[in-house]
Amino acid sequence: MQAEVKQNDQEVKHAEHSEFVSFTVAGQAFCLKITQIREIRRWSPVTILPHAPADVLGVMNLRGAVIPIYDLSARFGLQQTEASERNVVIVVSVHGKPVGLLAESVSEIISINPDDIQDTPPVDSRNTMEYIQGIISHDDTMVRIINLDAVISAPEQVMP
Amino acid sequence: MSGSIQDTFFEECEELLEATDEGLTAIEGGDHNPEVVNAIFRAVHSIKGGAGAFGLDDLVAFAHRFETVFDEVRSNRLELDEKLVQLLLRSSDHLSALVEAARDGGQIDEAHHDTLLAALDEYTPDEEEDLTFEPMGLGGPAPMMDLGDLGAAPAAPQEETYRIRFQPLKEMYGTGNEPFFLFQALRDMGDLAVTLDENELPGFDTMDMDESYLAWDLVLVTKEPRSVVEAVFEFVEGLCELSIAGDGDAEAEANALAALDAMFTAPPAAGSADGEAAAAPFEPPVPAPEPEAKPAAAEEKASAPKAESGKQEQRGGPKPTLRVELERVDRLINAVGELIINHSMLAQQIANLNVSDTRDVETELEGFKNLARDIQEGVMAIRAQPVKPLFQRMARIVREASAATGKTCKLVTEGENTEVDKTVIERLSDPLTHILRNAVDHGVEKPEDRTAAGKQTTGEIRLSASHRSGSVCIEIRDDGAGVNRPRVKQIAIEKGLIPENAELTDGEIDNLLFAPGFSTAKEISNLSGRGVGMDVVKNAVTGLGGRINISSAPGKGSTFTIILPLTLAVMDGMVVSVADQTMVVPITSIVETMRGSDDMINSLGADGTLLSIRGNFVPICDVARALGLYRESDRQAGVYLLVETETGQRCALAVDDIHDQRQVVIKSLDGVCGEIPGVAAATILGDGKIAMILDPESIIAASPTAAAFDTERRLSNAS
Repeated sequence: MQAEVKQNDQEVKHAEHSEFVSFTVAGQAFCLKITQIREIRRWSPVTILPHAPADVLGVMNLRGAVIPIYDLSARFGLQQTEASERNVVIVVSVHGKPVGLLAESVSEIISINPDDIQDTPPVDSRNTMEYIQGIISHDDTMVRIINLDAVISAPEQVMP
Repeated sequence: MSGSIQDTFFEECEELLEATDEGLTAIEGGDHNPEVVNAIFRAVHSIKGGAGAFGLDDLVAFAHRFETVFDEVRSNRLELDEKLVQLLLRSSDHLSALVEAARDGGQIDEAHHDTLLAALDEYTPDEEEDLTFEPMGLGGPAPMMDLGDLGAAPAAPQEETYRIRFQPLKEMYGTGNEPFFLFQALRDMGDLAVTLDENELPGFDTMDMDESYLAWDLVLVTKEPRSVVEAVFEFVEGLCELSIAGDGDAEAEANALAALDAMFTAPPAAGSADGEAAAAPFEPPVPAPEPEAKPAAAEEKASAPKAESGKQEQRGGPKPTLRVELERVDRLINAVGELIINHSMLAQQIANLNVSDTRDVETELEGFKNLARDIQEGVMAIRAQPVKPLFQRMARIVREASAATGKTCKLVTEGENTEVDKTVIERLSDPLTHILRNAVDHGVEKPEDRTAAGKQTTGEIRLSASHRSGSVCIEIRDDGAGVNRPRVKQIAIEKGLIPENAELTDGEIDNLLFAPGFSTAKEISNLSGRGVGMDVVKNAVTGLGGRINISSAPGKGSTFTIILPLTLAVMDGMVVSVADQTMVVPITSIVETMRGSDDMINSLGADGTLLSIRGNFVPICDVARALGLYRESDRQAGVYLLVETETGQRCALAVDDIHDQRQVVIKSLDGVCGEIPGVAAATILGDGKIAMILDPESIIAASPTAAAFDTERRLSNAS
């Protein structure tokens, strides 16, 4: 859980069979490298941040730390998630800070051979291109690998 | 060179500079105790030594010159008169500037540097002249005053023979120092002969395993100056009986101690002044080559008392302290914050338990709470530091400002030992600097004007700190002319800050100084007219959760009062609910709370509402609306918190309900999200939920009614 998180592209490419956690966001399959994930929690109501953009749900108390919770779905430009008890918050560490990501549900842990990762084919959405660092085929479904750095460091505008 | 070692050096520099400043201030106050002079000398010397190791040539050169003057003072060749003290004070300031420049990579004032060097030179003996311009190497302390007797033409360093008697006390072994390594360091400098003196070693049956019985006699032939030899023993200072005698020691020293010499008719070998070593006759084991065939007797004992006295000071030093990374303390503070939150969670759980008799548990819980408080106070005390170093820096600001404006001012400080949170101290530095510069520049009159007004020519600025019911009060009082109210008002009108026909009370005029974009300086002086005004000071203070006030009496001076919270980590707050969210309002800003009824609310214009309180109308600011929150239930905000802003403006914050009043642990939202208007920080409540801590000032600023009403009030004042 406290594992040092490495978001090194190199490592993703050359490591033999890395483990990824796949989950669904707005009906689509996404995944994150298992070492990037600190913990997975059940959704519980968060404290709303006034004037926050739509994809920032609010803040949550993670053992004394105040961490922001993002709605991944809204972040990807998909419809906003109606958060409920069934949903999960995936706590990741980005830029040394814990951040919670709301997902519909966690599916499974999959083992991926780096060679099987395909580049994201060019599509019309710039956001998608930025946020997805590659795709893989798993059990005949397409699983998108999230580029965590791009998702979180993408400028979050706070309305004045 | 490793950055962390250098960081440590700069940290130490700060302490040493403080010590220098403190000593100089004592001297300025008339304390000419040789110990004070010695303390400064040592501090400057340590800075020089460290700077040499890091190749900070400018710093080394200046510290050397500075130190040389002090050496003159310490050996009574220089009289500490007013002029010299002032020069030394300025030099000490410059030394700080050099250290800062070395640390932050800034530029120093070259002209000022040269002026001071020249001024210091006037006090140093001529024969030093050549030496001081020698390039200062990286390798270590530069050649020093010990070579002074070599005359006007110092050639390449000559070999000297040092007789060293080294007798460790048992404490030295306790600190992990090894004589072997010391000897190794000496051997690296030149030829070293070591003889063990085991005369004091008792038989095995009477031996105390922990006692130190051994002594060593060393003969070192080296080209290194005495200071380098002494430096080897720096870390065991006070932990051993040490005497170092050089064959080529200063003549001056020899003369001064000729009398002493007469008293010591014992063999020249008696290294230690207390006669302890007399039982161990000194026998040079190897006839060392002595380039200068001077009789070493006088010099040998000369240094003995010196070593003794140094040891004494070491023992009577300040209380032991511990240098701890700030981050560790902060982690502890966080953990304690958790503990307090945990306590309130427990209390809530127990209250929910539905058990008839919870008295026993509650007693224990009360104990838990008290312990948690104790720990919290203890941890906060770690972060708390006396304001003394800050005040000392301010003395320097006043000196510099006085010099720049041609006025004479002295800074009197009070309550230097008042302890304040470290962050508060750090962030107070800039506002205080600004206020003090202003006090010198605008407050204190020119000397001739002061004389005309029947005041002493030297202006007095009083800087005091004190604890006042849970907060810290810092006061800056000058005895100058006071705020020039007609002029302030005129400028405010010129700059369009107030309408031309505005009628303001004295207090309101004084407060105009804090208005953004206000500056009274007739011409932009080098000193305070740097484009920032007192509004920056005010922002800095409010940023710390404090407030600043000014009061002024014409002809008598002005007083700035800064009230700050004791700590930035915990505050008293009122827990309220706003649009189904729980929030906290700082208690310091709340004047009163009341439940409103419909007949107290009056409409003003299309959107504005005013609350009538005992005949006064106060704008209502709906917190939910200001924060952009929507009520899911159709409950109306029916409770009002009357708050007062810094400018004295009142506003009624409308909230749904008041729950509680409690201490909350402040959690910064930095790095969690950007700045949110109306929200100062967050906290964690008893149920584990996060609550926003509101910032009434910015809520009011964001509220159209309150802002509009304020303008109207000003206009009505003006008409």
